[in-house]
Amino acid sequence: MVVIGAGMSGMAAAIRLAHFGKDVCLLERHNVIGGLNSYYSIAGRKYDVGLHALTNFVSPGVKGTPLGKILRQLRISRDELDLNPQKFSRIAFPGINLKFGNEFTLLEDEIAREFPDQTDGFRLLLRKISEWDDNQLEYPDVSARSVVAACLSNSILIEMLFCPLMFYGNAREHDMEFGQYVILFKSLFYEGFARPFEGIRLMLRVIREKMKETGVERCMKLGVKSLRSEGKKVSALELDNGRMITADKVISCAGWPETLSLCEDREKETNLGQLSFVETINILKRQPKDLGIEDTIIFFNDAETFEFARPKELVDVRSGVICIPNNYDYSGDRQLNEGIVRFTAQANFDAWRSLDENTYMKEKAHWFDELSKVACKFLPVGSFESIKEESIATDMFTPTTVNKFTGRFGGAVYGSPLKNKSGRTHLDNLFLCGTDQGFLGIVGAMLSGITIANLYGLSDD
Amino acid sequence: MTKQILNTMTKDGIKSIVLKIIAEIAPDEDLSSIAPEVRLRDQLELDSMDFLDIVMELRKQYGIEVPETDYQELASLDSCANYLEPKFAALQGS
Repeated sequence: MVVIGAGMSGMAAAIRLAHFGKDVCLLERHNVIGGLNSYYSIAGRKYDVGLHALTNFVSPGVKGTPLGKILRQLRISRDELDLNPQKFSRIAFPGINLKFGNEFTLLEDEIAREFPDQTDGFRLLLRKISEWDDNQLEYPDVSARSVVAACLSNSILIEMLFCPLMFYGNAREHDMEFGQYVILFKSLFYEGFARPFEGIRLMLRVIREKMKETGVERCMKLGVKSLRSEGKKVSALELDNGRMITADKVISCAGWPETLSLCEDREKETNLGQLSFVETINILKRQPKDLGIEDTIIFFNDAETFEFARPKELVDVRSGVICIPNNYDYSGDRQLNEGIVRFTAQANFDAWRSLDENTYMKEKAHWFDELSKVACKFLPVGSFESIKEESIATDMFTPTTVNKFTGRFGGAVYGSPLKNKSGRTHLDNLFLCGTDQGFLGIVGAMLSGITIANLYGLSDD
Repeated sequence: MTKQILNTMTKDGIKSIVLKIIAEIAPDEDLSSIAPEVRLRDQLELDSMDFLDIVMELRKQYGIEVPETDYQELASLDSCANYLEPKFAALQGS
């Protein structure tokens, strides 16, 4: 069997298949594993991409949640992941803050305080969430906005709840499927955030070891150029180096339109994701808490309304995410040796791609400052100047960076607006896993890979 | 374990094999006081994915096949032992 892509879901699928004796070859075009959740180095400093927080965090002993499922299915012990819980996070809109943490009651209390007339409506929303069967692989496409509007009447509260869910996994502009709302709501609010002290690199190391142990054959810097088919089956895979290989089954985590574009007989793909992001990184001399920054993640919106859509300009700085990896409760009093503050905002891939090299660099510097200025309004430091003074290194990535290293069309980190929940394609032995199959976040991605491997790779023999 | 030992497997031996597999799948469960006659599902937090893994580990580790129609035979440790005993015995000469 062949797995295309060493993203989180592809690797999880490969581990499952290999554990139960399948010959598995994992092909990855990049030289680093992890896909959208990976890392890079500049001047000896390692930068994570993707992982702000591991969502779906539950305390040891809480069972039956996605985190527990992936650990069991991959035979990974919880201790190996060194998961340290967040301190607390915040949704920050003009003049209103809602704090939330890994205990759900905090958010409930905050909503009761800020929106006392919405408590009954919020309870109704929670009931609708708990009544939704999220174990079903396929579910109807119901608009989350319509369900939420039937429960809550205050538009600010509605947007405040949508904001983090949109930023942490919505592939669709303006609205999302209620099924996705439920998955995200649970993974962010009912469950919570955690981070390994070493960030994504620890997770990747654990997964790499697991692949070695189970006997996954890993081919790095070797992508798939095309998928040849005969009738309704993939008959051969043409690799970047010109070699042809065959496989009984192919599971791809490259994305839905990305995978279909490898097939010879396909017309131009539709269903392309429109949403991408820029992210800035500030490395600071001091710990953020020494500057008064105590939050783990802040989801901010500086405008009257919250808009989640591909911006017309290069970046939409009106809303975004602030992530402070230092602010987790690291066990054993560990502390990251440098301060890190990251700002993320929505960005327009086509606009970034159209720039020539010089303009690209100029625009990057410009939007770095513009985004930082708005984001800093939501930090106790108040102004970007105080972050700048502490800064010893910065970096920034754009939608074109994401596209270059992950192969995602349009740098769409959350994939296509329409999800393929069954994971099936027009070819009987080609399957999809990962974000386009409808699961979200790192834990969700791995659960997707596991589900698809179980369903199509392990069940019929 | 050699096939010779497997095909003379006692019911207790089979129960400990099943427990060992559960311990691999769900190391976070306390297996020290499992009542053999009570359904595993009622004593442990095992979902359908976990039960499927018990079946697959039996095949991987011992070459024992449990068809889907027989999954309910694995409900408790006692029923596992009753159901799997002839299957282990049949390994002889295979």
